[in-house]
Amino acid sequence: MTESIVIDRSNTSELRADAANRAAYRQRINGKAVVMTVYLVFLMLPIYWLVNMSLKTNMEITSGLTLWPRQLTFGNYIKIFTDQSWYSGYINSLTYVIINTLLSISFALPAAYAFSRYRFLGDKHLFFWLLTNRMAPPAVFALPFFNLYSAIGLFDTPWAVALAHCLFNIPLAVWILEGFMSGVPREIDETAAIDGYSFPHFFIKIFMPLIASGIGVAAFFCFMFSWVELLLARTLTTVNAKPIAATMTRTVSAAGMDWGLLAAAGVLTIVPGALVIWFVRNYIAKGFALGRV
Amino acid sequence: MTKTLNHKAWFLVLPVFAVVAFSAVLPLMTVVNYSVQDTFGNNQFFWNGVAWFQDLLDPSTELGGRFFGALWRTLLFSAIILTIEIPLGILVALSMPREGWRVAFCLVLMALPLLIPWNVVGTIWQVFARSDIGLLGWVVNHMGIDYNYTGHSLDAWITIIVMDVWHWTSLVALLCYAGLKSIPDAYYQAARIDGASRWAVFRTIQLPKMRRVLLIAVLLRFMDSFMIYTEPFVLTGGGPGNATTFLSIDLVKLALGQFDLGKAAAMSLVYNLIILVICWIFYTVMTNVDADRERREA
Repeated sequence: MTESIVIDRSNTSELRADAANRAAYRQRINGKAVVMTVYLVFLMLPIYWLVNMSLKTNMEITSGLTLWPRQLTFGNYIKIFTDQSWYSGYINSLTYVIINTLLSISFALPAAYAFSRYRFLGDKHLFFWLLTNRMAPPAVFALPFFNLYSAIGLFDTPWAVALAHCLFNIPLAVWILEGFMSGVPREIDETAAIDGYSFPHFFIKIFMPLIASGIGVAAFFCFMFSWVELLLARTLTTVNAKPIAATMTRTVSAAGMDWGLLAAAGVLTIVPGALVIWFVRNYIAKGFALGRV
Repeated sequence: MTKTLNHKAWFLVLPVFAVVAFSAVLPLMTVVNYSVQDTFGNNQFFWNGVAWFQDLLDPSTELGGRFFGALWRTLLFSAIILTIEIPLGILVALSMPREGWRVAFCLVLMALPLLIPWNVVGTIWQVFARSDIGLLGWVVNHMGIDYNYTGHSLDAWITIIVMDVWHWTSLVALLCYAGLKSIPDAYYQAARIDGASRWAVFRTIQLPKMRRVLLIAVLLRFMDSFMIYTEPFVLTGGGPGNATTFLSIDLVKLALGQFDLGKAAAMSLVYNLIILVICWIFYTVMTNVDADRERREA
């Protein structure tokens, strides 16, 4: 009898504690939601302003602050898509970004496999050396790259930029892929070898599908870092391979700032990232952590 | 996982080695070559020994003063960035919703600034902070605060810092969130049974589990803020005066603006050496943490 009372008592106190916990929890949820909302609003405000400006006429932009376009115009976008000097910037950017991504991934795949499966002479030093290139400031390389690519006749071609971006993208791809490959059990390699698969056959037919998500993530990060980098891209091009991001600076020097056009071009450079981000949203932290989460 | 010893693996690494050597070692040799020479134009070079390095490391010379000025500015910038972004990133990661469509929604919106070309980031803030046509500048000025990032150096600094917080805090938050997600639910249940406070849960469960990703976040943010170039270049161009001339900006001015190849090359090498040392610390700490974890899991 006394025992049951004791149990009852403890039960009620537990219940009460539980209710208190739940109230605290609800409060915390609200606190969380507030922090998150404030942060997201802070992130979106500048982007909203850019989109807002890109849909206005220059008259409206300079004549006073309006929170939404009073005279909605798509003229700025139409100009970019019809003027060759503008849209060729996009084509140039995409060209070198795609070349770079393909180069980086195809070179990095075998290397990452070697790092994840074998020990060999100088492997740790080599791995470290690759990392230092990811961390090297592009400003240091701007001038020597300019000389180097001028000397071998690649200056002002997409290849120059693509190769230059390999400097930081190949190490990044190796690191990310190595992270994903280390998650695949070695037994698979051994079983395949016993089953009589040759190495290239095994690698392409069996191993690559297993790390498909890793390849996707690495490709995304190569794409992204090549897309956002401008210092090298601008130094290595003048006319024929000029990236869109460099074309944008033209409106600054032109007589009378063309704000609407600048904003529209800016919005269009955000679009590719926004489109592909959905596919890698769950892996994005792993990519930024160089495959080490 | 034990790895087998196989020196033939070098053949798999060789292509990467060749490409990276071509685009890293070759240019670096050019830089070394320039750093010990002087030029009067016309592609005529003279042996100059280590004079540039002596100048560079002596704050009383013109070049040295300039270098150390930029170095301190860059270090101060990195320090401010870390003290703001790391705690803020942790706070945002802790505020992530638990599940459902809201997680994906938050993740995508948070990652958006990370995917914007760096000069566009500069342009966005250049416009956003202007007092005549930018929302931020207009609002601040109408609140009665005299704010002008092209005229006052303090305003320029604040603008660049806010811009960087806007641009990169999400990286810290995403990494921390990945660390938090790896905590099993059982830990929280145990903490609830023990009646642990919110702070105790954070101190004893969440923070230790985030240690590794936080380390990566700190080092990545340090590296990237230490070599920041494009965003402040677009926003302020290093001005007003020299107020926001960071190392990278100064280096590019020296190399591509004035074509002072010898000085620029010497500066590049010292700059690169600093990065290399930090990188080495990063690598050592990270591999130690890796080994530590493996030992504990084994």
